[in-house]
Amino acid sequence: MFCNTSKEISGLGHGMKRKEDARFLQGKGNYIDDIKLPGMLYMDIVRSPYAYAKIVNIDASKALAIPGVLAVITGRDLEKYKLHWMPTLMSDTQMVLPTDTVMYYAQEVCVVIATERYIAADGVAAVEVEYEPMKAVVDPFKALEKSAPVLRPDKGKTDNHIWHWEAGDRAATDKAFEKADVVVKEQMYIPRIHVASIETCGCVADFQPVGGQLTLYMTTQAPHAIRTVLALVAGHVGLSEERIRVISPDIGGGFGGKVPVYPGYVCAVAASVLIGKPVKWIEDRMENLQADSFARDYHITCELAATKEGRIQALRFKTIADHGYADAQAAPSKFPAGLFSICTGSYDFNTAFTEMDAVYTNKAPGGVAYRCSFRVTEAVHAIERMVDRLALEVGKDPAKLRMENFIKKDQFPYKSALGWEYDSGDYHTALKKAMDTIGYNKLRKEQAEKRKRGELMGIGISSFTEIVGAGPSRQFDILGIKMFDSAEIRVHPTGKAIARFGTKSQGQGHETTYAQIIAQELGIPAAHIEVEEGDTDTAPYGLGTYASRSTPVGGAAAAMAARKLRDKARKIAAYLLEVSEEDLEWEPGKFFVKGAPEKAKTIQEIVFAAYTNHPPGMEAGFEATHYYDPPNLTFPFGSYICVVDIDKETGEIKIRRFVAIDDCGNIINPMIVQGQVHGGLTQGLAPAMYEEFIYDDDGNLLNGSFMDYLVPTAVESPHWETGHTITPSPHHPIGAKGVGESPTVGAPPAIANAIVDALSHLGVTHMDIPITPQKVWKVLKEKGVVKAV
Amino acid sequence: MSTKKITVTVNGTSHSVEVEPRLLLVHFIRENLNLTGTHIGCDTSNCGACTVLLNGRSVKSCTVFAVQANGKNIKTIEGMAEGGALHPLQEGFKEEHGLQCGFCTPGMIMRCADLLERNPNPTEEEIRWGISGNLCRCTGYNNIVKAVQYAAKKMQEAEAVPA
Repeated sequence: MFCNTSKEISGLGHGMKRKEDARFLQGKGNYIDDIKLPGMLYMDIVRSPYAYAKIVNIDASKALAIPGVLAVITGRDLEKYKLHWMPTLMSDTQMVLPTDTVMYYAQEVCVVIATERYIAADGVAAVEVEYEPMKAVVDPFKALEKSAPVLRPDKGKTDNHIWHWEAGDRAATDKAFEKADVVVKEQMYIPRIHVASIETCGCVADFQPVGGQLTLYMTTQAPHAIRTVLALVAGHVGLSEERIRVISPDIGGGFGGKVPVYPGYVCAVAASVLIGKPVKWIEDRMENLQADSFARDYHITCELAATKEGRIQALRFKTIADHGYADAQAAPSKFPAGLFSICTGSYDFNTAFTEMDAVYTNKAPGGVAYRCSFRVTEAVHAIERMVDRLALEVGKDPAKLRMENFIKKDQFPYKSALGWEYDSGDYHTALKKAMDTIGYNKLRKEQAEKRKRGELMGIGISSFTEIVGAGPSRQFDILGIKMFDSAEIRVHPTGKAIARFGTKSQGQGHETTYAQIIAQELGIPAAHIEVEEGDTDTAPYGLGTYASRSTPVGGAAAAMAARKLRDKARKIAAYLLEVSEEDLEWEPGKFFVKGAPEKAKTIQEIVFAAYTNHPPGMEAGFEATHYYDPPNLTFPFGSYICVVDIDKETGEIKIRRFVAIDDCGNIINPMIVQGQVHGGLTQGLAPAMYEEFIYDDDGNLLNGSFMDYLVPTAVESPHWETGHTITPSPHHPIGAKGVGESPTVGAPPAIANAIVDALSHLGVTHMDIPITPQKVWKVLKEKGVVKAV
Repeated sequence: MSTKKITVTVNGTSHSVEVEPRLLLVHFIRENLNLTGTHIGCDTSNCGACTVLLNGRSVKSCTVFAVQANGKNIKTIEGMAEGGALHPLQEGFKEEHGLQCGFCTPGMIMRCADLLERNPNPTEEEIRWGISGNLCRCTGYNNIVKAVQYAAKKMQEAEAVPA
């Protein structure tokens, strides 16, 4: 691991303990619900018990009679200000509050404003809404049938089809499939799930009627973008961007769920503007699960064509994407299917075609990129399951088949069949390391012996390639704003610094890792660098933290801004030492004269001189800002191996071991990287075995609380074994690639492949996640392993 | 709505307050006492973010009415560090990187305090079962287990050395 600074400086490669921990450990974090302003009012939301219904009448009289209830705001009220609809990030529209129809279960119907939290809840219970229920459209395939009711006539639609997207060469792919020795095909469903961060969403909107300023404290991963969006959608009611301040306080987990603008935020802002007092809105857990953006929900028909030896020749994927009643994805504007075209994965073949059709249904709108760089999770699950499927078909070990199909180390930079230029990789080494760590060959022998005895054991591999760090401005924007990110460093006269960023940590440890990047570049101890994010009044503009973009984009901006300062430091050092700049050499923390190391100036001396004795003609001070526009995305990768034992009587699945070898390029803080991997693995375990939203035929969400939406506890979560290889990104200033999402992306297919592997000798070729004991038991019963009960 | 006067000792300080009978203990702690280290993560008593010690035993304070705490002792995360020194659990969470976003952390630490009180030297499996009423979405639990082991070791060493 790269590490050339002292522990005192703690640049790259040091497992520095986190600077942010002190406040979190002592109950001094400042999360959204901890914010209390004088005179603050509380908002609570009346939600629809129907998935699809006409609103006949809203009677708020009983609510308004409750002492302390100040107002009930409906869609009709917002309509007067043209605030009842809002744009989504994908250029669709969604209701803030409905004027006549509700489109999904738990949709916001109207809001109650009260002096106290409990009174607002009383108000919600007292509002009487009369509905005329309609037959909900729940199944996306049925939604595409001619007989289905058209859900969005307001969009000029005559059916429920939102858009069609495709990538690759259809004709060449069809031809390759016709000629292929072997074709494997599976229909898979990547279920609708939820980020379920332990903190829900909320805000405090504080509008000052006299000056017309709005301060919005908000659980957002992208505060700057939110400010601009607010100015664009509410400019007509007087909210002007210079008078909007968005503050994103400590965030209790985001995972993509805190990127979108939810109706509750807009209602709280509207209420504060109308009433002229601060208004707080905090979701409860059920509201969070039932109404905030879901993730995934892709129905994919997957096909691979190969030679009889198992060499992949072509890929053909066709997806139906259920977006609910609005395409409210959080994705770059030019990428309706996100980065799904990474679906050719870690494998070297030339021909691929993938297409997708997005569909409206009566479900909550979305979906968010849940700890995932815009649909990479779906893509990786599909390819990694299919590679196993192919191995089964041609009778080859799945590790061997992967090794034979991997892109080779010397092929990088590699142009994929669907057009991405992978920056760097060494897939063979990562898989070999995972196999050696877990003892792969021995496990296969054990499995063969156990099969003879009728015992069920499976080994699953996932060798994923990610695509993160959106993104280069020529391709990537959100509502036209390019996806650069920014860093501003101010070093004070005594050599201590504050650095501000356009990103926003939600637990990733930016206060520590960004300080380490600057420490690496400037030699100022990371302990002396304060990192601040989330306040649009002070931080430079950036697009925020999601899609593993903080290190690839924000981290790069930090390095580049620091390098500007180091260039200035060199000039000052040359002046102080009375030598030319070329005569100086840098080591972390000081410039010294070549051949005369005793003639040196420390960075602290140089910075002090920048304020007290700067060279004639040079600007005083020691500050720099950089807006980083990445030249390419980064492509982290890894190989995971999972071993499961299955109880053949009950279907119970036990993960015996799970080894994760990740390659995220150069590592900033190994402790934090390992922590990110552990957490991501448990979030990959979740959809693989536990989490899925289940709707009934009427569109009711049946498991919208933590009682029945099964977030894994410490008991379900196995002891994760982690390791890494290091293949630096050639284009990133510090060679880093980003890691937060790799494990969430890589883990589900490793687990699914292990379970299918345990059952493959019974003729099982695929099972949809989450693979529960019940699903396994059903299979065992069908196959006659479990005797009729 | 009628109110009832309760007297509760929180982190060593006695508070006498008029509260509505329906007021949840967690809201009493957060809103009335402004001790916002205790968090709320769900509404079904599943997540444990609101865990505090009530007469020394961990409870989910969203499942207790404030009036039920009348006459009792409560300890919250704000009461864990004593005399400027972090509690061994707080230290363990920092040293072993047992927290990320920090939202579940106070409840997790209060739960672990009770766990170690009852079982000073738990196995990994006992720790995992012991914290299974507390959800963490960030860490994957590996490092929380290590943090508890760190604290257990430190607390046992402190016990072994007479003051």
